[in-house]
Amino acid sequence: MMMEFNYEINGGDFSKAGFASSNLKKMLKQINTDPKLIKRIVIALYEAEMNIVAHAYDGKIKVKIAPEQIVINVSDRGPGIEDIDKAMEDGYSTASDEVREMGFGAGMGLSNIKNNTDQLDIESTVGKGTVLKIVTKLR
Amino acid sequence: MIKMKVDEIIKAIGGKKLCGESCDVEVSKAFSSDLMSDVLTIQTEGTLLITGLANLQAIRTAEMSDINCIVFARNKKVTEEMIQLAKENDIVLIQTSCSVFKTSGELYKAGIEPLF
Repeated sequence: MMMEFNYEINGGDFSKAGFASSNLKKMLKQINTDPKLIKRIVIALYEAEMNIVAHAYDGKIKVKIAPEQIVINVSDRGPGIEDIDKAMEDGYSTASDEVREMGFGAGMGLSNIKNNTDQLDIESTVGKGTVLKIVTKLR
Repeated sequence: MIKMKVDEIIKAIGGKKLCGESCDVEVSKAFSSDLMSDVLTIQTEGTLLITGLANLQAIRTAEMSDINCIVFARNKKVTEEMIQLAKENDIVLIQTSCSVFKTSGELYKAGIEPLF
């Protein structure tokens, strides 16, 4: 069985940030996914969602659920990441004051996504946008 | 390890419950932070979140992290929208006039353990 979900995210819309992660969490509960895995998956997605809201103009999230793994593709139209290695370092951040006032933007998101997944691929083009591929094994 | 119920927490810090009447929540540990990025990195089983950050993302963070009780310190205003989202996710919200420091101190005294 294969399921697919798509979400569209608007940059700057903090009130809706987390909607996709929340929706996915409910779906994963319904199909009886291990709660520990659900937490890892939705935290990674929530961090990615916040990144779109905080940094990009807009973005798309595509979730593919297969029996053996969940693959989440997060792509945005935005400024891109100049130095991915640096962006992966804890504490490095380009977030605005507005984002920091929301309790985010501390420069921990990407490394926390990595810590909560089995595989994270990042491709980014400065001035165009960023694509994350987040893979979580279910078995 | 001590297990505290919501009513016991409220008694210890002099707070009030904003929602979660029917939630049967017990906590043994607590984490105090206004930085949700940090909250997203912790172990959260049986953990209470103490924060002075009152916005929708604090509730979302709790939802994603499986945190089922939040104490808003410093009498921070909790909006109807936040309460609604908490109710949908069976999260108990408590408001107190105590500071984060005092809230943490009183609960520590009562036996609640730090995460680290």
